[in-house]
Parts: sequence; C-alpha cells; structure tokens
Amino acid sequence: MQALHSRWRLSPARLLRYGWVGFLALLLAACHQDMYNQPKVQTYDPSTFFADGRGSRPNVPGTVAVGAAQTDTYLYTGLINGVEGDVMPFEVTRAVLERGQQQYNIWCAVCHGEAGYGLSAVAQRGGIVPASFHQQRLRDAPIGHFFVIITNGVYRGDPEKDGYQSMYSYASRISAEDRWAIAAYIRALQLSQNATLEDVPPEQRANLGQ
Amino acid sequence: MGQIFPRNANRLAWLSVFAGLLLVAELVLILAVYFRSNYFRQINVAIEQPVAFSHQLHNGVLGIDCRYCHVSVNQSYFANIPATETCMTCHSQIKTYSPKIAPVLESYATGKPIEWNKVHRVPDFVYFNHAIHVNKGVGCSTCHGQVNEMPVVWQQQAMFMGWCLNCHRNPEQYVRPRDEVYNMEYVAPANQVALGRQLVAEYGIMPPDQLTNCWVCHR
Repeated sequence: MQALHSRWRLSPARLLRYGWVGFLALLLAACHQDMYNQPKVQTYDPSTFFADGRGSRPNVPGTVAVGAAQTDTYLYTGLINGVEGDVMPFEVTRAVLERGQQQYNIWCAVCHGEAGYGLSAVAQRGGIVPASFHQQRLRDAPIGHFFVIITNGVYRGDPEKDGYQSMYSYASRISAEDRWAIAAYIRALQLSQNATLEDVPPEQRANLGQ
Repeated sequence: MGQIFPRNANRLAWLSVFAGLLLVAELVLILAVYFRSNYFRQINVAIEQPVAFSHQLHNGVLGIDCRYCHVSVNQSYFANIPATETCMTCHSQIKTYSPKIAPVLESYATGKPIEWNKVHRVPDFVYFNHAIHVNKGVGCSTCHGQVNEMPVVWQQQAMFMGWCLNCHRNPEQYVRPRDEVYNMEYVAPANQVALGRQLVAEYGIMPPDQLTNCWVCHR
C-alpha cells in the first residue's frame, strides 16, 4: 500500500525546509517597466517609424482641423477688400479688453513695454528699437492694422534683398480672437496715454493724483 | 578526530538564522530607500541641455512670462517646449552671432528640432494635465520650484503619488488666485487656508473624495 501515497507529501517540516526556494524564484523576476514605459507615442516622444525620428508629425499642408475652417475672412485676415479694416469683428466688452490686457502683457510687453512706448528690458539689453504705439502714425492707424501686424509680422526692407523680419508672425501662437483683443487693448493704451482731463468723468476727477 | 565545533556553536547556528532573516529585511529596506531617494531620482540635479538656455535670465531678469514660450500650458495637457521659431523671434536680432545661439540657428535653418533633455518624467500610467491645474489656481512654482532662479533647470520635487495626493486631499492649502499662477515670486498669504477654501469653492475644485479617486490620474 505504500506506493499509493505520494512520496512528496507536503508536511510542515518540508515546507519549512524548501520554502525559501520559492523566495529565491522571486529574484529571477526582473522589474518590468512595461506600464511605466508604454509602447505609445506621447508628445515629443521619438519614433523609429518615421524617417526624421519625430513622433509628433507636422501638419500636412492644407490640413484644416475640425471646427477650424476660417470662414469669417475678416476675423482671420483683418482685411476688407485688401485694406486694413477699422472695425472689430466682434463686440468689445470689458472681458475682451481684460483678455487683451493679459495677452498683451504676455506677448507684446516683452518688447513694446507694458505702457506701449517701445521701452522694455529686452529692448534695452538686446539693442532693438520696437515701435511706440503712441506715435501719430499708429494713433491714426485703423485697428485692423495691429491685427495684420501681429498676424504677419513686420519686414524691414525688401525681403528679397537685404531686408529682414524685425517682428515675427504670432499667428501660430496667439488665436485670432486674442489677436483682436490685443488690438483693442492697444487702442485703449493709446487713449489712456493721450487722455485729457475732459476724458475723466467729473465725479471721478477728485480721485486723480492720489 | 576530535570535535571541530564546540557545544555552544549550536547557539551560533540558531542566531545565524535570525541574522539571515534580518539581512534580507535590511536589503529590502535599503533597496526601497534607494529607489525613493533623491539620488536615484536625480532630484536637484541640473540637467544639461543642448542649448545653454537660462530661465534665470529670460524669466527672472528679463521678466518674460512663462506663457510666452510654454504657450499650451493653459490649453493642453502638455506644457509645450517652444518651437525654434519662438527662440528666433528674438534671437534673429539679439545675440545672433553668439556661439551659444548656434544650435538654435542651425535648427531654424535645417528644420531639425533641438533635442531637449526631459527633466520631469511622469510614468505612462499617470495622466497629468497642466491646463486643469494652472486654470484652477495651481501655480507653476508650487510643483516646479523657483525656475526663475535656475540657470539650468533641475527637478526640485520627486513626483511620488503621495505628493500628488497631499494636494488632492488638501487643495485649499495650495491654490492661489488665477492672476498669481504665473508669478514665480508668489508667497502664500497668512490666511492661505481661508483664502484657499474660498478659491476652491469659486473655481469649482472637486471635493477631496472625488479628487482622490483612482480614475482622476489613472485612466
């Protein structure tokens, strides 16, 4: 009858004697990082699939994202029949001006200064001369002019010959709505820097100079 | 042949069993401490970059807003690394001939991106969204430290889950007004908890039982 019993019955003594073999087996398992490094491409991850090694692909020319069709030409070009328009494509509210101020202080104040005189730390250290918004030419310019400049940038001279781009286009960085909000805020800055006592409501005049 | 081991060697054999167990426990502890250490995680170690770009100069001294370069931080999950065009917006005119700018000029001319080295790595099983944090009043410096004082950027905080949860459990201790999110010099006011509670309500920040749910970060 002896043969019916397995010779390897699990007795407590045996468990104690050979249990550590199981612990040793744990050492064989290396640390897997499969969840840590998942085989998916995230922003800026390199890729071996494409020849240039970039995981993020540049847009195919002519691509229009869903909902990004630029049907409102004036909103996206600032031009009416090829001429800079002098109206805002949407209503100017306090929220638009505050958005414009916030965006102006991020993008424009870097060179043109917070008050718009073309004075800033970058301009001073870099030896560049950004335009002042308070010169007569720009005070007379239509509001679309500021939008067109932010959208297209500024060329000094003829780009074919010796000209260079003194201000780059911000169209890829600032949305069209925000570019218009900045244009509106620049107009507000111009008004503020050339304001007279008559522009202040009589009941507020006592607060001036405080 | 005589006895090699004296009688009390039995006790030594007994003790060595416990010493062995203790050694294993210590080994596990040492490994755990090592893998959680700032040394292993390269915390406070400046990461060399292919271009000698200084946040200290650009943000600290010149006062360029974080969003001038990291445009998408409040629009997308990812705070973008600026395109070479962004660098060239200024450096096509400023310090154009400096050897430090050379890799930028080359990248702009060839269209080959500059390969910056990643400083903050979040595991792929964690979903982190920059936009929701900065738009709900979590400041840049809360997680990234005083980047405005870093000539070369380093990570100043190991990103443990417990560290994330600390804020997800007590958001009122860390949120600031939205206007102050990009202010690198911001110091929490004395009434932070009262202000924080008010901001949590105003910005509609989820209550901690929802904010600490697994799906918030692991999706």
